[in-house]
Amino acid sequence: MDHEVFNELVKQGPVLLKMNDRDTYEVPSTKFALVSDLHVHVLGAFMVVVIALGTTPCQAEQPPIDFNRDIRSILSNECFQCHGPDENERQAGLRLDTAAGAVAKTDSGSVAIVPGKADESELVARITSDDADTRMPPAESGKKLSPREVQLLTDWVKQDATYAVHWSYAKPVRHELPELMTHQAWPNNGLDHFVLARLLHEGLAPSPEADRHALIRRLSLDLTGLPPTIEEVDVFVNDKDAQAYDNLVDRLLEKKTYGEHWARMWLDLARYADSAGYADDPPRTIWGFRDYVIRSLNANKPFDQFTIEQIAGDLLPSPTDEQLIATAFHRNTLTNNEGGTNDEEFRNVAIVDRVNTTMAVWMGTTIACAQCHNHKYDPISQEEYFQLFTFFNNTEDADRRDESPFVQAWSESQQKQKAELGEKVVALKAKLNATTPELQATQAKWEAEVAKDERQAVTGRFVRVEIIDREEWLSLAEVQVFSGQDNVALKGKATQSSIDYNGPAQLAIDGNTNGDHSKGSVTHTKKDKNPWWLLELPEPIAIDRIVAWNRTDNEVGNRLSGFRVSILDEQQQPIWKQDIAKAPATNQELAIGAVPSDIFTIVKTPANRRDDAQKKTLADYYRSIAPLLKPVREELSKVEKQLAGIKPTTVPVMRQLAEDKRRVTKIQRRGNFLDTTDEVTEGTPVAFHPIPEGAPMNRLTLAKWLVDEDNPLTARVIANRYWESIFGVGIVRTSEEFGAQGDLPLHPELLDWLATELVRVDWDLKAFVKLLVTSAAYRQTSAVTPALIERDPNNRLLARGPRFRLSAEMIRDQALFVGGLLSDKLYGPPAKPPQPNIGLSAAFGSGIDWTTSEGDDRYRRGLYTTWRRSNPYPSMATFDAPNREVCTIRRDRTNTPLQALVTLNDPVYVEAAQSLARHMVKAGESNEVRALHGFRRCLARTPNETELARLTNLYDRAHEHFSAHPDAAKQMATEPLGAAPEGSSLTELAAWTVVGNVLLNLDEMFLKR
Amino acid sequence: MHPQTELLQTATRRHFLQQSSAGIGGLALAGLLGDSTSAATKPVDPLAPKQPHFPAKAKQVIYLHLTGSPPHLDLFDYKPELVKHNDKDCPNEYLEGQRFAFTSGVPKLMGTPRKFEQHGDGGVWLSDAVPHFHKVADDLCVIRSMTTDQFNHAPAELLVYTGSPRSGRPSLGTWVTYGLGTENENLPGFVVLISSGVQPNGGKNSFGSGFLPSVYQGVQCRSKGDPVLYASDPQGMNRTMRRLSLDALRDLNQLQADELGHPETLTRIAQYELAFRMQMSVPEVMNMNDEPKHIIDNYGAKPGESSFANNCLLARRLVENGVRYVQLFDWGWDFHGTGAGTGLMSGLTNKCATMDKPIAALINDLKQRGMYEETLIVIGGEFGRTPFREGRTAKSKVLGRDHYPDCYSMVLAGGPVQGGTMYGESDELGFRVARDKVHVHDLQATILHTLGFDHERLTFRFQGRDYRLTDVHGEVVNGVLA
Repeated sequence: MDHEVFNELVKQGPVLLKMNDRDTYEVPSTKFALVSDLHVHVLGAFMVVVIALGTTPCQAEQPPIDFNRDIRSILSNECFQCHGPDENERQAGLRLDTAAGAVAKTDSGSVAIVPGKADESELVARITSDDADTRMPPAESGKKLSPREVQLLTDWVKQDATYAVHWSYAKPVRHELPELMTHQAWPNNGLDHFVLARLLHEGLAPSPEADRHALIRRLSLDLTGLPPTIEEVDVFVNDKDAQAYDNLVDRLLEKKTYGEHWARMWLDLARYADSAGYADDPPRTIWGFRDYVIRSLNANKPFDQFTIEQIAGDLLPSPTDEQLIATAFHRNTLTNNEGGTNDEEFRNVAIVDRVNTTMAVWMGTTIACAQCHNHKYDPISQEEYFQLFTFFNNTEDADRRDESPFVQAWSESQQKQKAELGEKVVALKAKLNATTPELQATQAKWEAEVAKDERQAVTGRFVRVEIIDREEWLSLAEVQVFSGQDNVALKGKATQSSIDYNGPAQLAIDGNTNGDHSKGSVTHTKKDKNPWWLLELPEPIAIDRIVAWNRTDNEVGNRLSGFRVSILDEQQQPIWKQDIAKAPATNQELAIGAVPSDIFTIVKTPANRRDDAQKKTLADYYRSIAPLLKPVREELSKVEKQLAGIKPTTVPVMRQLAEDKRRVTKIQRRGNFLDTTDEVTEGTPVAFHPIPEGAPMNRLTLAKWLVDEDNPLTARVIANRYWESIFGVGIVRTSEEFGAQGDLPLHPELLDWLATELVRVDWDLKAFVKLLVTSAAYRQTSAVTPALIERDPNNRLLARGPRFRLSAEMIRDQALFVGGLLSDKLYGPPAKPPQPNIGLSAAFGSGIDWTTSEGDDRYRRGLYTTWRRSNPYPSMATFDAPNREVCTIRRDRTNTPLQALVTLNDPVYVEAAQSLARHMVKAGESNEVRALHGFRRCLARTPNETELARLTNLYDRAHEHFSAHPDAAKQMATEPLGAAPEGSSLTELAAWTVVGNVLLNLDEMFLKR
Repeated sequence: MHPQTELLQTATRRHFLQQSSAGIGGLALAGLLGDSTSAATKPVDPLAPKQPHFPAKAKQVIYLHLTGSPPHLDLFDYKPELVKHNDKDCPNEYLEGQRFAFTSGVPKLMGTPRKFEQHGDGGVWLSDAVPHFHKVADDLCVIRSMTTDQFNHAPAELLVYTGSPRSGRPSLGTWVTYGLGTENENLPGFVVLISSGVQPNGGKNSFGSGFLPSVYQGVQCRSKGDPVLYASDPQGMNRTMRRLSLDALRDLNQLQADELGHPETLTRIAQYELAFRMQMSVPEVMNMNDEPKHIIDNYGAKPGESSFANNCLLARRLVENGVRYVQLFDWGWDFHGTGAGTGLMSGLTNKCATMDKPIAALINDLKQRGMYEETLIVIGGEFGRTPFREGRTAKSKVLGRDHYPDCYSMVLAGGPVQGGTMYGESDELGFRVARDKVHVHDLQATILHTLGFDHERLTFRFQGRDYRLTDVHGEVVNGVLA
């Protein structure tokens, strides 16, 4: 058969998927045994199609070579660097990544591959050559073919050197469920058929179902990230309903904690964090996006819609706030605020990150290489890279410090609160504006007193503020000079003794009372002898009241102590002065007249000669100071303050540039944004499915392209990622890389069945999760034999149930949960749970220590923890939580001594143990009952006798110790949780805390089993 | 040997195996595969000591980073021509097409206001700002032809430590620890010490593990407070009680291991025992009270404080105890002249006084302990500073320089280094490298080389690509080595 024809067939047909596992098991002693084992069994099953197509009448003793399984990775690792897709690097005119290239004449005139004829193929001659000068790969490349690889390549050429498109670039095809000769009753659903068929091929059998205690804990952790309560365990264990398991799954999927748990994975992908990154790493408000993810997952938003909203929600017709907030997905890129940086440079960096992240998250394709040069392994050129870049290159954001553009949004509870407070304000104002006989009576008395008062407004032209007794800096945030209700200072001109630290005199009459010098509204003199500040008014005016506002930052407010305020006449002679010894914390009000001059005039006017306006002015004024109404005024000011304190959340979003402002995108030479070549327009790599003809070339179309049913990768990548979350390792182990340099799928038919199933259920993620966790494969016990560990240490074949370490967030949440401390508050600004003080600042930034949140926020789920990129929360970072500067596809799951120190000694875990101890003591009188209760809170199951005895034994010894050391007992039981309940024994609580600390550190706690 | 998780183990193995099968290096295979008879059930320790590619010249590295970048033209690279042209307009050829962080227009050239003299048998030029270096001049190798690609702090620092100006890659110390393992399992393999109250510009990325397993990341230790995070037992729990509770924990975990047969459980038991020992060993090594007074005085250290001097002394204690890579970061070397503290006269004198004395003491201390020969010391910032006055402060009394990437100096010391020498040269005015250019990647290659690594073969596969510290660059600078 002609090779090109065959390749065309391959592109359309199912051949691509007919490959088997070439997963080289990592443990050396089992590597070859397992691989050869798989080959023997599996090749028999999967060779069918190749033969059916009749490509090769192969010799009976020589198994047919499969390009994707056997050849591609050799060519990719050893040859493509010089003979691959990158034409700039290509040597000798030879291209080995396409069939056409391999059979074409090279620069020397020879032909690398003559299909079926190894003797005539230059490639075979070169790889088998004894001459170091001609042998390929060349020695200086550091690459070398093993004898087995040489044999495979030679055999492949002999067998017609058939090429196939890379497996993941062809659309998944749904296969018939494999027929089962035995264990027909085992499968619960389709995926089990594939798993079981494979197990049987391997000569393995599935494990029995796990007990219900193990199942409910495993399920609860997997679906909600939290363990079950004892009550939930009891209900499930005693549920006689045949559907008990499925019903439990449904209950868990409905919990709000489901969305919180699964959001974690998405937030890693979205590189969500609460800071902007780089050196100073300032805070960034973008938690609206985090809440969007939680809500979307809980609402079970179909994945295609979830995708489109995040990539291009702003381009949807009349987008909702929610759809706009969704686009913050790509506003999670870093912003560089370091002084002297070029915003355009870092805007480009952000766009590059958007391209890379999009391709990684949806298509499992590492594309970053193509930013600087044509991809050396996958068919993506630099030009295609910048075509993708163009889709993202036309939004308004531009590495600005203020993160604009953004949307403002009030949460539901904020809206409710605003309305309530608004009503209160109206009611209180009405009360203040109503007069009563009582008020009228007191007003009359007050008028009589005011009329006698000798303090009156002073008419002056200048106001002077000075330090009279020493050398000092003089700083003022504002000086207000009231005539009646008017601040006449705003109309004046200000001077001062000298200027330093960017603090000219007029900053005290700019209408801004902010005392933080860094905010640019505070005056600053040099350190002068008797420094002064002087206000000149346009004309002499009656001054009733002066308010001087002090500087408030950096604890230098004391510089204003012993200051003098005076009013001067036209000749600058003082006509009124007052010395103030103590510097005010914020402001100092100085009353000059007893009442404002206009009011004084009315009071002096006999009551019967006052007109209505005057009467009203006077009554209004009186009510504003009436002692009777003081509580109302205070309440009003409190409510108004509350109202002003409700700030909308801002969320940075994507906003398309106007047509006339669109940027021109050019290919950047070696990824340097200043060194560009040809202009490009939007487009997707030709190796993938095309964008429908006539579709507008924008992000919305790109988003639809990502979830198009013709996209060969997205459904596979997402299915694989969910599989990885549930079973521990993906069917494609390299869940971040589905290209030529990634691993092959362990079980391609299963992966494709899952991918097509995900599309078949219309991207219903809850249904997909349910499919995984209701499988018989999932429900197996996780116990293993040494033989099985030896055979399949990572449990990729699933001859047993999944068992692997929980994520950083789950470990922390679980400890707080079993201690009864975890807050169930959803959403909102990030929390600051306790973390050790380090005493350092970020470079050019603020301190990295924080003030621990109070109340609920101290105990919220890990995903709400303030995520500062330069300083990820230390205890979670120790458990492999990423800093989220870039998209994280897969977290490590390490096991280190530093982790032990966290769960043994971190005050968060100590507090949880203390709280757990209090619950244990409450559970009953006997030590056994208490220990049992603690154990079940932690692990769901009931301890066996040995376990129980070991715990009570520890308790007894701890109790003995603490009886002799009451001070230590008090600390152990109450630091940092706080005072013990009335009447409890500190010795007992301390000893149970030690037991609780052990429970929280059990190996079983860190794993689902 | 303390074991790790099967996942980490297999991940690590996998990468080593890939390397060997791809022919890019048999790194540490012997160490990893030595006991493969029961490999599946006996996980391998990723921190076990490993052999590098070829015999090493240095066993350990102490890297002293002067965050912000010191004014090399006022410390190490004497430019009499620049002094001669002081206050003249900077020639246009040095400005065209260039971007500077805080300077625009035509700045004025600035010769150093410091006094320079040659010191030691090797005649190394040093300024009067670093008097303690004068006495150890014959131990120093001053590279005067350094160059980098970045002129903002954070990207430049990330380039120095991770080989890339963007965050996300493993740091130098991580690569070293990945390649060498650790000699003392009771201490972290890679320790970071920070002084002057501010983190490095790259935050934790400057000592993070990037995509390498987190077990290789730098562990920050402190001379004040908990020496390592969470090392102290909770209040009210003494060592006896901790031991009792760990015994119970071990027994309960053993029951699980017996019942379910998972090797990771055994690993966890071992990790808790190791943690217990670390709780003792880390405070011990971080407590300098047992040092003789004259040693403490030589460094200018003060027990209980947190300073660069203390950290230099601690660095010696750490390498003495088997830590392979110690990284110091000292904030405050960004000499813009925006205040007296970052000016080239009193500011530089004062800042250097906190730096040259402890470094000289470190060199002498390592020598008298016979450890100098096997220790590599690296001193420098993330880039250099301009031969002209910085734009913002050009009219101020205080002299300062802007960031400058094209040519600057760094200092090496330690056994593997050719002491008493100056390597490379800048041009007459100090703008460009005149001879023997050393790029940051070359320095990285050289550091790895002294430890016995071929920088092109110390790789890790991530997202389908073999990554290395030097990206696709780097050449060993043999001229600086003894």
